[in-house]
Amino acid sequence: MSRRRHSDEGDAGSQPHKRRRTSEPIEIEDRLESLICRVGEKSTSSLESNLEGLAGVLEADLPNYKSKILRILCAVARLLPEKLTVYTTLVGLLNARNYNFGGEFVEAMIRQLKETLKANLYTEALYLVRFLSDLVNCHVIAAPSMVAMFENFVSVTQEEDIPQVRSDWYVYVVLSSLPWVGKELYEKKDVEMDRLFNQIEGYLKRRQKIHVPMLQVWTAEKPHPQEEYLDCLWAQVQKLKKDRWQERHILRPYIAFDSVLCEALQHNLPPFTPPAHSDDAVYPMPHVVFRMFDYTDAPEGPVMPGSHSVERFVIEENLHCIIKSHWRERKTCAAQLLSYPGKNKIPLNYHIVEVIFGELFQLPTPPHIDVMYTALLIELCKLQPGSLPQVLAQATEMMYMRLDTMNTTCIDRLINWFSHHLSNFQFRWSWDDWADCLTQDLEKPKPKFVKEVLEKCMRLSYHQRIVDIVPASFSVLIPADPVCFYKYGEENSSSLPGFAVTTTVGNAIKNRASNEEILIVLKDVPNPNQDDDDDEGDGFNPLKIEVFLQTLLHLAAKSFSHSFSALAKFHEVLKALTDCDEGKLHILRVLYEFWKNHPLMISVLVDKFIRTQIVDCAAVANWVFSPEMAHDFTRFYVWEILHSTIRKMNKHVQKIQKELDEAKEKLEKQQNKKQRDSGDEEDMEKQNSEDEEGQLEEQIEKLQEKVESAQSEQKNLFLVIFQRFIMLLTEHLVRCETSGVDINTTWYKNCIERLQQIFLMHHVIIQQYMGTLENLLFTAELDHHILAVYQQFCALQL
Amino acid sequence: MSIKLNALYSDSYVDISQYRDQHFKGNRYEQEKLLKQSSTLYVGNLSFYTTEEQVYELFAKSGDVKRIVIGLDKVKKTACGFCFVEYYTRADAENAMRFVNGTRLDDRIIRTDWDAGFKEGRQYGRGKSGGQVRDEYRQDYDPARGGYGKLVQKA
Repeated sequence: MSRRRHSDEGDAGSQPHKRRRTSEPIEIEDRLESLICRVGEKSTSSLESNLEGLAGVLEADLPNYKSKILRILCAVARLLPEKLTVYTTLVGLLNARNYNFGGEFVEAMIRQLKETLKANLYTEALYLVRFLSDLVNCHVIAAPSMVAMFENFVSVTQEEDIPQVRSDWYVYVVLSSLPWVGKELYEKKDVEMDRLFNQIEGYLKRRQKIHVPMLQVWTAEKPHPQEEYLDCLWAQVQKLKKDRWQERHILRPYIAFDSVLCEALQHNLPPFTPPAHSDDAVYPMPHVVFRMFDYTDAPEGPVMPGSHSVERFVIEENLHCIIKSHWRERKTCAAQLLSYPGKNKIPLNYHIVEVIFGELFQLPTPPHIDVMYTALLIELCKLQPGSLPQVLAQATEMMYMRLDTMNTTCIDRLINWFSHHLSNFQFRWSWDDWADCLTQDLEKPKPKFVKEVLEKCMRLSYHQRIVDIVPASFSVLIPADPVCFYKYGEENSSSLPGFAVTTTVGNAIKNRASNEEILIVLKDVPNPNQDDDDDEGDGFNPLKIEVFLQTLLHLAAKSFSHSFSALAKFHEVLKALTDCDEGKLHILRVLYEFWKNHPLMISVLVDKFIRTQIVDCAAVANWVFSPEMAHDFTRFYVWEILHSTIRKMNKHVQKIQKELDEAKEKLEKQQNKKQRDSGDEEDMEKQNSEDEEGQLEEQIEKLQEKVESAQSEQKNLFLVIFQRFIMLLTEHLVRCETSGVDINTTWYKNCIERLQQIFLMHHVIIQQYMGTLENLLFTAELDHHILAVYQQFCALQL
Repeated sequence: MSIKLNALYSDSYVDISQYRDQHFKGNRYEQEKLLKQSSTLYVGNLSFYTTEEQVYELFAKSGDVKRIVIGLDKVKKTACGFCFVEYYTRADAENAMRFVNGTRLDDRIIRTDWDAGFKEGRQYGRGKSGGQVRDEYRQDYDPARGGYGKLVQKA
C-alpha cells in the first residue's frame, strides 16, 4: 500500500475520500463529539470507568479544544436528556479537575438557556434547567443558588396579565426537576423550599382547567383518570416529599464518585430572571397524562410503579426523550427503548406500549407523524417476539373495551393504527373475542370501530381477503364491495332523462372527441331546473353534470390513473359545467352516487377536483354537511376528506405567503444594493435596476392581493364549517329539549367531538381568526354545550 | 448555540442507496444530485396483483401522494411488480423511506428507494422477457410474481 503524501490531496475532485492525517483538528473534533455522545452506551467496561477515562481525555484536550468541548457538552445537555445523569457526572468530574472549566460551562449553559427561551424552545429549556439542577448533586452548582433560580421561576405566578400557559411552564420546570434534586435542595434549604411549595400549591389551586375535557383521551374516570399534567406531577412530587425524597429509580453515576466530587468547589448560578412575556412567545400547550395500565395489568414479573409515584414520571419522561431523540430511525429507537437502564425492575414492555399510545393519542396532535408509531411498534415486536406482541394484544383488547368513552379523534387514530398493524401480520386477530359488538346497534362505538377497521383493512388489501379473515357472523360489518354504480347502465335506465345523450357522449369520448365537441353534444340535455329557455343553456344544469360525469367515470372506472386521465382530458367541460356554486355541489353529489361503495376513490377524486379547481374547498364543506350525506356523516372517510380539504387550503395560503415573503426579500436586497452602489453606476445600469425594482414592486402588489384573497377564502371555509356544525348541533339540542330526550345520543357524541376535532387539528390557523369567530359565531347566545367546545379551545393558549 | 452533533442526527433510512439507474441520461454526479432532491420513490417487490389503490392507501400515510405509476411488463403491458410513488414534497417522501420502506403491502415486504424522477418509458421492466430483471434469473417459486423465474421456466 503506497503512502499518500500531503501533495496528493490536491486532487480533491477525483478523490471523494481523502486520506487525512490523524492529527488534523477536524478529525479530533469529530472524535471528541463521538466519544462524548457515545459514553453510557453498551460497553465492556463499567460506566464509571468509562466516565473516568473520558474525563481524563477531555481534561487533557482542554487547552486546545475547550470551546468545542463546551459546545458539545451544552448540546448533549439539551438534546440527550435521557442520559442526563451520565453527563452531569462527567461535568462534575471535569469541574473537580478544573474549577475554571466548570464555571465556564455553567455560564455557557445559562447563555443557552436564555437563547432557547427566546426561541420558544421550551422543551429544550426544560432539559437545560433539569441538567443544571442535577449539577447540584455533582457539586458543580451550589444548592442555594439553584433554589434562588427556582424562586424566580415560581414568582412568575405573581405576574399579572400573562397567559396561564406561561406561569404553568415555569412551575412545571421546577416540579419536574425535583425528582433529581429535591433531596439535596431540601437538605440545604428546607425553609425556602417549603415556602416555594406553598406558593406552588396556591397557584395550582387557583389556575383554570377549562381545557382539560378537550384533551382527554377517555371521558370516563375509571379505570384510570386522565389527569391534567400539572396536577399529576404535583401529586407525584408531594408523595416523593412524604417519602422523604427517597427515590431509587434514577441512575446516579455521581454517587460512585462522591469522594472526588465532594472535594470540588461549587459555583453559584448567576441570578436568573425569566425573560418577560412577549406577544411572540409560544408556550407549550397543556396536556393530559395518558394512562392505560396499572400494577394489576402486568401479570408476572416486576410491579408497575403507581400512577402517583415519581418513578412513573421519570420512566415516562425518559421513554419520551428516547423517542424524541431517535424517531427517525425505528430500529435504533426500538433498541434504545428496550435497553432502558433499570429495565429489570419494571415491566418495561408495558411502559413502552403505554408511552407510545400516549403519544399517538395525544391531543391536539401527536409529537410525531402517526405512521412512525406503527413502524416503531412493528420493530419492537420483531425485537421481542416472545413478549411484546402479547402486551400489544392486551392493550388493543383494553382499548376496544373502553371505546364507548374514547374521544372520536383518538378512535380515528386507533382505527388507522390497528388496520395498518394487522396488514403487517396477515390480518390475524381473534375476531370472535369481539362478537359482543354484533348484538349492538351498528352506530355504537364498538361495532362502528370494527366496521371502520375492516374498511381500512380492505383498502390495504381487497374485498375477498376481508371476507376470508372474519368469522361468518361478522358479515354485517364487512365493507361493501367497492364497485361503482352507473345509473345509466341499470335495467330500465333507458327511461331516465338524458339517457340518450349518455350513449352519444360515451361514444364521443371513446372516439377521442375534444372538449368543444362534448359541450356541443351536451347542449341536447334538457335542464330540469328551467322552464323558460336559456339561450345558450349555460346556467346550472344538474342533468348535464350527471349525464357527463356518470358516463365519464364509468368509462374510466378501471383504476385511479384512468380516472385522473379522464378528468384531466375533459377539464374544460367540467369547469364549464361547475361554473357556479350549485354546480360545484352537484358534481360532488354525482361523484358520490357513482362511487359510494369506494370511499378511497371518492377521496382521491375530490382531491383532484380541488387541485384542478373544478370545485372549491367551501363546496366540499357544504357537501359534507348536506342532507344527502347525513347517513354517512359519522363515517370516518367523510372526515378524512374534510380535513384533507382544510389542509390543502392551509398549504395553499402558506405557499403564496412564502412567494410574497421571497419577493419582498428580493426587493429589499435590490434596494440595499442600490444604496450601496449609488453613484457608481452608469445610466444604463441605473435604468435596468429601476426597471427590475418596478417589476418586483408590481409582483409584490399582485402577490399581496393573492394572499389576501387566499386568506379570505380560508377564513370563509372555517366559517362555513363552524356555521354548519352550529346549525346541526343546535337543531339536535332543541329537538331533544322539546321532547324531553337525553341529548347524549351516539350521534351527538360523534358530532360534537368532530367539532372539537376541527379546532384541535387546525388550531394554529384557527387562532388567527378567533376574533371573527367570536363575533360572528361563538357568541354568548349559543347553546352552552356548543360554546363550551369553543371556550375549551380558547383555554389551550390562555 | 445550536451546533449540530453529527453523531446525533443520524437519519440513515433517508440516505440514497448504492443503486444507480444505468439508463439515466446524465453523469453520476447529476443523478446523485437529483436523488438527493427527489420526491419520487421507486417501490419494489410488489405482488403482480397489488393495485394502484392499495399503493395509494399505504403511501398516503406519510403524506399527500401526487402520482403513482405502476410498473408494466414491456410485452404484456400488465403489472410486473414495481411502481413509482411521487409526493408533492420531499419531506413526505422521506417519511415514507423512514416508515413504509421495509414494511408489508399485500403480505410482502416492500422496498423503497429514491428515484431521480419518472420519465416516460421508465414504467417498463427491463428484463429480456419483458418483466423486471430480477424475475429473469431468480430460482425460487413466487406465486405472486409469475411463479418461477423466467430462466427456470424456459428450462
